[in-house]
Order: sequence, then structure tokens, then C-alpha cells
Amino acid sequence: MIHARGLARTFEGRVRGRQKEQVKAVAGVDIDVAEGEIVGFLGPNGAGKTTTLRMLTTLLKPTAGTATVAGFDVATQSQEVRRSIGYVSQSGSTSPEARAGEEIMDHGMLYGISQKQAETRGRELFDQLDLEGLWNREPRAMSGGQRRRLDIAMGLVHDPTLVFLDEPTTGLDPQARANLWTHISDLRTKRGATIFLTTHYLDEADALCDRILVIDHGVIVASDTPDALKRQISGDLVELVVTDAAQARAAAELLDRIADTEVDTDTTSVSARVRGAGHEIPGLIRALDSAGIALESIEVRRPTLDDVFLTLTGRSLREDA
Amino acid sequence: MAVVPSRATRGSFWRETYIVFRRQLRMALRNPAWVIIGLVQPILYLVLFGPLLEPLAGQLGAQNAYTLFVPGLLVQLGLFGALFAGFGLIAEWRAGVIEAERVTPASRTALLLGRILRDVLQLFVQGIVLIGLAFLFGLTGSVIGMVFGLILTVLLGAACAAASNALALTTKSEDVMAPVLNSIALPVLLLSGILLPMTIGPQWLQVVSDFMPTKYIVNAIRELFTGDFFTITTMWGVIWTIVLFAAGLYVGTRTFRKENA
Repeated sequence: MIHARGLARTFEGRVRGRQKEQVKAVAGVDIDVAEGEIVGFLGPNGAGKTTTLRMLTTLLKPTAGTATVAGFDVATQSQEVRRSIGYVSQSGSTSPEARAGEEIMDHGMLYGISQKQAETRGRELFDQLDLEGLWNREPRAMSGGQRRRLDIAMGLVHDPTLVFLDEPTTGLDPQARANLWTHISDLRTKRGATIFLTTHYLDEADALCDRILVIDHGVIVASDTPDALKRQISGDLVELVVTDAAQARAAAELLDRIADTEVDTDTTSVSARVRGAGHEIPGLIRALDSAGIALESIEVRRPTLDDVFLTLTGRSLREDA
Repeated sequence: MAVVPSRATRGSFWRETYIVFRRQLRMALRNPAWVIIGLVQPILYLVLFGPLLEPLAGQLGAQNAYTLFVPGLLVQLGLFGALFAGFGLIAEWRAGVIEAERVTPASRTALLLGRILRDVLQLFVQGIVLIGLAFLFGLTGSVIGMVFGLILTVLLGAACAAASNALALTTKSEDVMAPVLNSIALPVLLLSGILLPMTIGPQWLQVVSDFMPTKYIVNAIRELFTGDFFTITTMWGVIWTIVLFAAGLYVGTRTFRKENA
């Protein structure tokens, strides 16, 4: 469905006055997405996610490389690409003061379908996406989750075979997110659509994606299933906080016996990765107790996609670049 | 793939323009505050400023104060109503509407033209109301000339709306756009002879105003209103209108096409 080779985009940046600088937003990426796949695209802000997405959706011209999307070349057959894909951008797609039903009909008509067809399709999508009764509602009077589903409906009005979703659940509450995941996976099971989405969340990738591409500094650094990526991180992160440095040293020694990685010590806290931490913790606590170490707190964290990212790139996903 | 635009794609161009136009018009009519404000302003000028000009008409070289004054107000409408049209576009861009429209196969020119047509229609209606009302105040002159004057106004408005949309899409910020437009608008207003003809001013002011294309348009519309169709003044006004119209559309479509394959 998507085949990109060496896809790159360089922007002309300006650093202090006249000096010009070439900024490589995307420095040559290869992407392959098969029909029916749900693929997640992961990376921090400024890594090149949205730029790549905009090149694949014909909104931005690549400065190098090639890409075919839904069987058409993005550079020479942009019209055909546009007809075959749906794009749900992060910034929304409707005017707050317009009416939802009219927005979706106009959008459908811009794809060349008749007004009647656009209305039929729109009403169908409203039913499928739990937007019944909101046909005449203004987007500004909708909840965040409803507006997101309206954006998705807008992206689907022309029945695309490939759907791009940019951060589909950012800013939604947990229920709305879970609800949206159901709708997104329905796109594949009920309509056979291929889905390419960007995300920040591990649970989202776990719930939805067959495969994840990790992008950093404009380069794809990993491409695997969420499970395989998590397996690269050996174990859960265990962090112990004690009262003083001497106790921390003693605790580090005990933690080292069960740890799979080097133990990090930071004055009064020690941490390491432990495989199957749930089974190891009771023994660790007994050992600490009999060694006379007073534990202030203990924390166990499951590996997150953020940890995957940290392992792959040496920096956190949440640091705003 | 057809290289030469076929009849079908030309047909879809006008259809797309109509879809965009209809959407814009619907939203404008649903929130008519701006339409009403745009209409009230020239009426206030007509009612509150027109009577002051009446006794001066003779000194200004006009038989009828309103054939002098109404063309100026028309151009003012055309310039200022349309120059600020871009603010609506920034709001739409922020809501993601522009991006969503650009990812459809619709013609980028149609996306711009549909929006300009709404501004043009609004301007046309405002112009008719203004001229109609001016008759009540004592406007006399050539009706055919007034129709031509209105056409020039509408073309000028289209140019301004296109330029304003281009500026909006380039700056994407009201905070940048407002000072830019205001710094253009005031000298244009003062140097085009919109309120008073430049001929009553001192030499240096007249020379400066010679560089203002809109002055020629105002003068041409004044002549058209009095029924003088084939004069040098009219010709210059028509030429400048066409030049500005073409330039506005060119800049506008270029901006709308930019940054996509």
C-alpha cells in the first residue's frame, strides 16, 4: 500500500540574520506498508513524523526519494493518490461554527461524489462512529471525542482504502480513547482499510498496531511489532528509595543480584531493570529487611514505548525537541 | 492520464468552486454580523458625511455631490471589505479546514475562487444598496455608468480579497496581518481621493497620489457615473483595475498551489 524509498525533505532554515541553513526534517526514509496492515509511526516532536505524513499524503513535495501510495506516485499522480487515501490531521477538519452534516457533505462533494451520495455516506458514517443525532450540531458544541470521530468521518466519506491518522487520540480522556481504538480497528475488520497512524502511547500501539516504525532525527531507527520492541527492553524498571547513601550502596548490592542491567545509583535512590519483577520483589523486600535497610518507597514500571525509544536513541520521547 | 484538461475536469472545476462558495456563503449568512457591519459603514458615510459635501460640490468641480462621493465610497468598500477577508481564512486554517480541503483532489484555484466569490457577492450587494440609497439623497447620473462603476469595484474587490487570502496563508497570524493591512490601508485611503478629489490638494500631494493605482480607479468610476465613458481617465481606471485583478488572482492562486505535489 505504501512503498517509500529514500524519502527526504529539506527545509531552508534561517539562522540569525542572513546565514542560510539546510534543515533536514526527514533524511531519507524507507517505508513499506502492506495491504490490511495497521502501522504505527512513533517519534518525538520534531522527529519528522508529520513531515513524512504530509509527503505521503501529497501535501508536501519530497526533496528527494520516491513514494508510491495506494499504487500511485506521490509526485506525478497526486490526484490519484488523493482520491484513494483518507487523511485525518491532528488539527481537525471542520469549522467550529459550521454544521457537522454540511461539512461532511461538502467534503464528500469535493471528492467528486454527488450531493445525495455524500449525504447517504455521511449519515452512514455518523451511525457507525456513534455520532447519531449530531448531524446539525456545530463542532464547537461537541465534545473532544465527538469532534475526533467527526474528523475521522470526514476522512472516510469517499471510502478510501488507505487511512492516515495523525495522533488520533491526543488530548482525549481514557474512555474516549478506548472508544476511538474500537472504531479504528473496525476500519480494518469491517472495511478492509489499511491504516497508518502516528502515536505517542504504548497502550495505543499495543491495542492497535501490527507494527511500529520508530523515527528519530528524520531517520527510521526501528521497525518491529510492539512486543518485539518491548522485548528489547529487558524487564521492568524497579526503583528503590532509601534514607541515606550508605543504605543506598547496600540496597544496590541486593538489587544487583536479581537485576538484568547495571544498577543506577543516585544518592538515595537505586534502580535497575528486572525481568518478571512481580516474582522477584517479595524476596527483595525480605532481603532488604533482614539487612536492616529501611525502604522509603518502591516503584515498579512496566516497559513503555518511551523506554523503547530511550534504548534506541538514548533520549526520551517526551523531551520536546 | 489526460494531459489536456478535458471537459469533465473543467466542469468539475466550476463545481468545486461552487461547493466552496456555497459553504462560505452559508456560514456568512448564518452569522451576518460582519455583513451588516460592512453595510452600515458606507451608509453612515453617506448619511453623516454626504450632506457636508453637498454645498461644496460646485467648488470641487462637480454638479452633483453624490457623483463625486458615491464612487469614492464604492472603492472604499471594495478595498477595505475585501482586504480584511483573509482573517476568516486564518481561522479556517487553524481549524484544519484548509489542510482537509487540500488533501482532496479538488483544484487549488477552486478553493481560492470559491472564497473570493463570496466576498465579491457581498461587495456587489453592498454596492447596490449604497447606490440605491444615494438616489434617495439626490444622486443623479448615468445608470449604465453606475453599472460599469460597480463592475470595476467588484473586480478591484476580487483582487484585494485574493491578495488578502494570500497574505493570510503566508503569515498564518492575525497579529502579523493586522498591522500590515492597516499600514497599507490608511495611505491608500488618503491618497486615492476617496473622500475628496486629489485635484483640490497642493502640487506635491497630487504627485504622490499619482503613484496610487486606486486613485485612477476612483476617478474613472466618477467619470462613469456622470456618463463619460470614453475618456483617458476612464481608460486608465479600467487598465489599472484589470492589472490589479490579474495580479491579485496570480498571487492568490500561486499561494494556494504552493507546497504540494
